Amino acid sequence: MLSDRDRIFTNLYGVHDWRLAAARQRGAWDNTKALVANGHDWVTEQVKASELRGRGGAGFPTGLKWSFMPNEIDPERPHYLIVNADESEPGTCKDRDIMRHDPHLLLEGCLFAGFAMRAHAAYIYIRGEFFNEAQTLQAAIDEAYHAGLIGKDACGSGWAFDIYLHRGAGAYICGEETGLLESLEGKPGRPRLKPPFPAAVGLYGCPSTVNNVESIAVVPTILRRGAAWFAGLGRPKNAGTKLFCISGHVNQPCNVEEELGIPLKELIEKHTGGVRGGWDNLQGIIPGGSSVPVLPKSICDSVLMDFDSLMEVKSGLGTAGIIVMDKSTDMVEAIARLSHFYMHESCGQCTPCREGTGWVYRMMQRMVSGEASTDDIDLLWDVVGQIEGHTICALGDAAAWPVQGLIRHFRGELERRILERQGVGRGVADAASRAA
Amino acid sequence: MPTLTIDGVEITVEPGSTVLQACEQAGVEIPRFCYHDRLSIAGNCRMCLVEMEKSPKPIASCAMPAGDGMVIRTDTPAVKKAREGVMEFLLINHPLDCPICDQGGECDLQDQAMTYGRFFSRFSEGKRAVKNKDVGPLIKTIMTRCIHCTRCVRFGDEIAGVEEFGAVHRGEHMEIGTYVAQAVTSELSGNMIDLCPVGALTSKPHAFVARSWELVKTETVDVLDAVGSNIRVDSRGREVIRVLPRLHEAINEEWLSDKSRFGCDGLKRRRLDRCYVRRDGKLAAAAWAAAFAAIAERIRGLAGERIAAIVGDLVDGEAMVALKDLMARLGSPHLDCRQDGAKLEAGSRAGYLFNSTIAGIEAADAILLVGTNPRWEAALVNARIRKRWRRGGLAVGVVGPQADLTYAYDYLGAGPQTLAEIAEGRHPFGAVLKAANLPMLVLGMGALARPDGAAVLARARQIAAATDMVADGWNGFNVLHLAAARVGGLDLGLVPGSGGRDVDGILAGAEAGEIEAVYLLGADEIDTVRLAKAFVIYQGHHGDAGAQCADVILPGAAYTEKNATYVNLEGRAQRARRASFPLGEAREDWRILRALSERLGHALPYDTLDQVRARMIEIAPTMQQLDHVEPAPWGGFGVAGEMSAAPFEGAVRNFYLTDPITRASETMAQCSELFVDAKGEKTGTDG
Repeated sequence: MLSDRDRIFTNLYGVHDWRLAAARQRGAWDNTKALVANGHDWVTEQVKASELRGRGGAGFPTGLKWSFMPNEIDPERPHYLIVNADESEPGTCKDRDIMRHDPHLLLEGCLFAGFAMRAHAAYIYIRGEFFNEAQTLQAAIDEAYHAGLIGKDACGSGWAFDIYLHRGAGAYICGEETGLLESLEGKPGRPRLKPPFPAAVGLYGCPSTVNNVESIAVVPTILRRGAAWFAGLGRPKNAGTKLFCISGHVNQPCNVEEELGIPLKELIEKHTGGVRGGWDNLQGIIPGGSSVPVLPKSICDSVLMDFDSLMEVKSGLGTAGIIVMDKSTDMVEAIARLSHFYMHESCGQCTPCREGTGWVYRMMQRMVSGEASTDDIDLLWDVVGQIEGHTICALGDAAAWPVQGLIRHFRGELERRILERQGVGRGVADAASRAA
Repeated sequence: MPTLTIDGVEITVEPGSTVLQACEQAGVEIPRFCYHDRLSIAGNCRMCLVEMEKSPKPIASCAMPAGDGMVIRTDTPAVKKAREGVMEFLLINHPLDCPICDQGGECDLQDQAMTYGRFFSRFSEGKRAVKNKDVGPLIKTIMTRCIHCTRCVRFGDEIAGVEEFGAVHRGEHMEIGTYVAQAVTSELSGNMIDLCPVGALTSKPHAFVARSWELVKTETVDVLDAVGSNIRVDSRGREVIRVLPRLHEAINEEWLSDKSRFGCDGLKRRRLDRCYVRRDGKLAAAAWAAAFAAIAERIRGLAGERIAAIVGDLVDGEAMVALKDLMARLGSPHLDCRQDGAKLEAGSRAGYLFNSTIAGIEAADAILLVGTNPRWEAALVNARIRKRWRRGGLAVGVVGPQADLTYAYDYLGAGPQTLAEIAEGRHPFGAVLKAANLPMLVLGMGALARPDGAAVLARARQIAAATDMVADGWNGFNVLHLAAARVGGLDLGLVPGSGGRDVDGILAGAEAGEIEAVYLLGADEIDTVRLAKAFVIYQGHHGDAGAQCADVILPGAAYTEKNATYVNLEGRAQRARRASFPLGEAREDWRILRALSERLGHALPYDTLDQVRARMIEIAPTMQQLDHVEPAPWGGFGVAGEMSAAPFEGAVRNFYLTDPITRASETMAQCSELFVDAKGEKTGTDG
């Protein structure tokens, strides 16, 4: 279990003030100038050495991502840092609390990250529904400007750095990095083709890097306490601390910062007061936000919460939004609801996602009521397979995985409903034949 | 140059190629819907997925740049399954209405479903239906059939320059439309029909008329503007059903203007299919012999200088040769093919050609447009300028009418005053032209078809000389013609002989009684009232202005009804081919002149098409080699003189109604009403 002195988000619960003075007391903006003086590449190397993996869901090594940015600045094409604060993944609310209670960690992280990738500007694209958070964040930005922490000469380092806050309009697809860029440019949020990747052709055609709020917000602490400290937490290649958002059928849903690699069961038992009705009342858990496949209790008993461990059990850490479902849950209906979400949020640009998500949702509806044949389960499996990996962005995969998880682990439940419904029909037929 | 392996075969491709292009080069067909060579890459249909080594997911080959050492497989079970999957997704919400769909038989979706799809359906949910959009009289929409490839959207944004189509809503509710209900205001909109891979956008005038496989296809050229677009005429029996563009990189690429495409229904209306002779003030049907007799009776014995001839805009080279020879034999010098009165000279070829060629526009880096609205006068030339402009680094200046040309330009001034300033180096745009590597000037008929046209021509030549427009391998001096017959007419020398009168002189002579007989070869764009006193012979295919004032009407053939030679504005000779026979008693035009000449006692010395063509090439050797632009030697032209202060006006007042064929077209009338008339100020009592 993470000791208190290793916590990065010391005001996660908003017990203290979020404003600059209080944030400074907690260590934010401390010694920033000296750290910046170590140079662009030093920052990137530190983040690489910390083994920080992106906290937005895909888990791509953050330092490596930064190193894709060109080393020289073309005067015609400035570099941009874009912070993805469009946190819309169902079951996830970690970025919200960072922006609410510790915005200065994010802003200082922006300066380091922007400096590392030779960007003079950062755009924070915040989800439209986060109205209060946007107010807080803007106030924090104003404070930072006022204190000279960012601006023409950020922290006296000689590096000009501006931070702009841009509010989205609440579309899930705008959290996809290139969909976000399109939206930021004022266009409909439709993901771009890759390659070219944003590091080559990003915002307004300029080199850009899109990072999650949490990935950026942990950077100042990594630099201050050293990459080795961060890398020493967690498990190899799954280093550091992580915010877990635990919701659903637990006694006390919460956000909590923990080491990566903590056993799922321990995480839930320690921080949430356990599953409602006890661990044995558990039916299944979605371990990383709505996009990743659900895990049955048998796997939840022992699985570790990190990128690679969850991959091994054919799920994923995603955003670490843990959705706990006890035995009262109608698992099929729960996943059908997610299918509706992905159908609703599909941008409609590419064929498999546009057409497939609607088809999957309609089949899932029939699975809920049992108006299907057992062959339809195989058809459903096949159709989600036709979506997965064939789309422009990862929304297609995200629509496919929950259904795949359902069929993989709860096929029995699907069949039971179908047969039950057919059985009723047969019963009537039997009665009719007896009467004759 | 990247070298990659496709299905085990190594291939080296041009840098910047995509994997799809590399596959094509290797002879491997990749199915696609959204990808089109001339449009930006959307990558949204996902039909072109192929496997790439080291990539966990299949890649969209249309969007993936070909890289060195890539190993691509297009023949694996995974690729087959991916294609079947995408095909299935495209079809689940596509209506099964092929039997009543006009795209049937030439539908990409149909064809690819046969090749790459499964032969059964697993979809048992309800299908989506989408409301149709009204986008004007040319494009019929059945939006339920749309597969959202966005080709039409990209065409509008990129090629046509009208950002009117777009995709609204998300997910399976996504629809292609104009958002606010309105017609697509582009003169190139018909190309969206060709681009649409399914039956979502089809031709409205052609709806439910014919099936593609029952039509006879004839490859020919268009004459409704001077561009000489290559077209395919689809006909059934005698009827021309539709006109489609044919690929010609140097002229129209694969596009066609709406007028050329949809004007063809004018070929069915107001046609002259028999001879007429005016008796007691009324035109009466007559046989060929009677019509010829009436002409012979009036012309025999008439002195040559009392006879004149005017050539219209749609006349072919063969007919013009026959007319020229006939007039010479009749002893008349009064012959003119410039019925709009353009002050062009037949002597200097460089002075009336589009010298830089249409494809040459893509090399230019500064363009001065004088007295022209190319969007209406030559839509495809305008599309080329836009194509060049989109690449960046092009300065465009306009002297003359201000219009939305679909690209940004500097408006320099309205008339000759500005032109003189540029010519004399007193205008900043002169410096722009001078600094440009390959500067270009486009001189429109709006600047030339006026009394001071010769002086304007001289000024334009002065600009060309002052800004080094003519250099080795480059001639940036361009005249933008409107009529398909004009360059051919000038090449063949259908201009007044010594002591001869031009069009205005002929009309004045007819009014004064000095000209007694006027032969109108398809000439309708003249003030026919002025011919009231003269004996008028009209030879042509439509009952338009010329026929109404005629004393004898000889029915000729339209451009789809004869094998004939046309020279486009670049000076490129091309052959039109007969798609259907002339109507009724109508005949090919040179044959009519040949027959008439015999009746008049001046038999022309050719009996076959080959012989006429030999004579044609004798007069104009540049017409010998087809589809070839012979660079014209730079020479002196224009007459220096005073220019009036009157501003240049656009030569085309109505894009949709420019000639007898389009004036007879119902479709063009609808377009004119919607796009041209509606633009005028309307009062509350209109309609």
